[in-house]
Amino acid sequence: MFRKFLWLEWKSFLRSASFGKSLGLKILMAFLALYFSIMFLSLGIALFPLLKELYPERDPVRIVNSFALVYLLFELIFRFMLQTLPVMDIKPLMVLPILRKKVVNFVLIKSLFSYYNLLPLLLIVPFGLYCILQEGYSAKGMTGWMIAMYASTLCINYLNFIIKKRFTENLKALLPVVAIGLILALLDYLKIFEITNYFGEVLNYLIQNPYLAIAPIVILILLFVWNYYNLKGKFYLDSGLKGKSKAVNTREFGWTRKFGSIAPFLQQDIKLIWRNKRPKTTIYMSLILLGYGLLFYPNETYQGMPAFFVFVGIFITGIFMINFGQFVPSWDSSYYQMMMAQNIPMKQYLASKLGLITFSVVVLFILSTPYVYFGWDILVLNLACALYNMGVNAPLLIFAGSFNKKAIDLDKSPFMNYQGTGASQWLVGLPLLLIPIFLFWIINKFINYEIAIGFLAFMGVLGLILRPHFLSFLAQRYRSRKYVMIQGFKQKGD
Amino acid sequence: MITATNLSKLYNGTKVLDIEHLDIPSGQNFGLVGNNGAGKTTFFSLLLDLIQPTTGNIFSKDITVSESEDWKPFTSSFIDESFLIGYLTPEEYFYFIGELRNRNRADIDVFLTQFEDLFNGEIIGRKKYLRDLSKGNQKKVGIVAALIGDPEVVILDEPFANLDPSTQIRLKKLLKELSQISGTTVLISSHDLSHVTEVCERIVVLDKGVIVRDMETSEATLTELEEYFSAEIAEG
Repeated sequence: MFRKFLWLEWKSFLRSASFGKSLGLKILMAFLALYFSIMFLSLGIALFPLLKELYPERDPVRIVNSFALVYLLFELIFRFMLQTLPVMDIKPLMVLPILRKKVVNFVLIKSLFSYYNLLPLLLIVPFGLYCILQEGYSAKGMTGWMIAMYASTLCINYLNFIIKKRFTENLKALLPVVAIGLILALLDYLKIFEITNYFGEVLNYLIQNPYLAIAPIVILILLFVWNYYNLKGKFYLDSGLKGKSKAVNTREFGWTRKFGSIAPFLQQDIKLIWRNKRPKTTIYMSLILLGYGLLFYPNETYQGMPAFFVFVGIFITGIFMINFGQFVPSWDSSYYQMMMAQNIPMKQYLASKLGLITFSVVVLFILSTPYVYFGWDILVLNLACALYNMGVNAPLLIFAGSFNKKAIDLDKSPFMNYQGTGASQWLVGLPLLLIPIFLFWIINKFINYEIAIGFLAFMGVLGLILRPHFLSFLAQRYRSRKYVMIQGFKQKGD
Repeated sequence: MITATNLSKLYNGTKVLDIEHLDIPSGQNFGLVGNNGAGKTTFFSLLLDLIQPTTGNIFSKDITVSESEDWKPFTSSFIDESFLIGYLTPEEYFYFIGELRNRNRADIDVFLTQFEDLFNGEIIGRKKYLRDLSKGNQKKVGIVAALIGDPEVVILDEPFANLDPSTQIRLKKLLKELSQISGTTVLISSHDLSHVTEVCERIVVLDKGVIVRDMETSEATLTELEEYFSAEIAEG
């Protein structure tokens, strides 16, 4: 039976819509995987001598043990963000004569063969072996340690699934857990209740009594069983597989009416952003990255390089523009056919997208005004950058969007999610940032700072004045790409 | 109203549609029948300029659909669920379509009252997104939305599929009235021969993209169609 499941998985991998199309992306992922593997492996080998050199008076194994809990915690956080339970498409299997038990077991066991479970192995085993072979630690003790540590990381693997199942629907319920974690971290930091040390002591004790490694294995088995019952209970159409539908908010965003003919679309786009996971995250991202300036403005290193501040200005006023704009029109992919058959002139559709982006730049600029604390010139520079973003970068992005033909699943989280991403998305970010920096740099170098800023602002204003012409051109371009887009958006799947 | 000339569509060298000439006069209730792969949806997609014809053209009120967007104001359609915006509630969706067709909220509210029976209390005011509605209810929303704004041409692909029996009966009545009272040109496709003969004045049978029958509906039409499709089985 397992062989059949594996065969299904393999087929779904090979025949997914974007297989082969995003080869560049696959190479990038492979490269990243290789990079992290090498990093972990080198750290695993070098950790012992490194610690010995830094703290010659202490036993490196004890230091490692005292950090073990922190490491596991970070692993949990990373897994929470990146790893998902590999739930096969089990819906079609439900009515087939396959034991429920087998399907659930397969899903759970398959999760062990994940890249995230390989990485800790690369760290733990070399370190353990180094201790035994080079430093003469007891082979029995360190073997117990390796088994215990690896079993713990696998526990994290399954713990993560349970947390995910419980909390993805309701992130607020996670707050108490985070609060407890923070309190423990604080107590540890204030040396009132040093939980990391206690955990370290337990591990030290374990090395003395290696048979105790059975404990994490037992926990691992318990977590597996918990997951098993969790999943098995959800093996019904109405619980796990079918999305919950609760009463929904029907906010109207009436203020958008002020924008005239593009109002219905604007309202549409705001609902799109507000009600779907992936676009909603772009808003949070924009707000977080607004703080980017704090890294640069107070830093002495950059004071002599105003071109760097152009980068920051373009970035913080345009981050929503870049995140949202690069996926126009993929956001509308699931109903693009309707948009094209409805009574919507292409020009108006694009005008509303540009309108939304312009609006976001204005808002982000207003939010960035507190940076005036670092000097008026920063404010003026950011204003010029905002104008440039509105006038030049926004139409440029929409133009780049016309190369899009990949669908986006609005409800998927964007973390490590490259859905809808093609080569053009990787390339488009560069000219948006580099062109204004280059223009500024060259004028600042040969003429002066004021004219350089003025030039950026002038370009922006010029772009705004010429916007109707840009729009006609863009509408032409989108019309000619229409059939390719419709065809592309029909293909679902990653 | 709608004229197709020399229309053909090729996918990887296979002809999926090949219509030499087809004329659909204004106000006609036009039915398209054929087995899977006969080219019904392809024809509708061409009519809505969602795909490009390999040869030939479709003219809607003398407008070449693949060259101008001017047919959009008087044409409305529902092909499949990809015509719905999943994250809107049905009301919001109706209002949105209304706005695209120059109808304000009050107009839409009045318009929707005539469909209260059809909606059966499951659609309006339920605070559910369209993506959470059942397939049948999604279809109802799509079909009703296609009637907003008194379009002159209404295109519905498989309108009867997924609907419950009472809704099918209501829909048949509705579609008949549409062409009789307001003179709308209605194009539908269906696999259900009895529905389509009941609703349509004219039925065209497609087979592998070619028109094989073109008949005015009469008493004998249903039997004729049934004979045609059973003959295929006998041959095969």
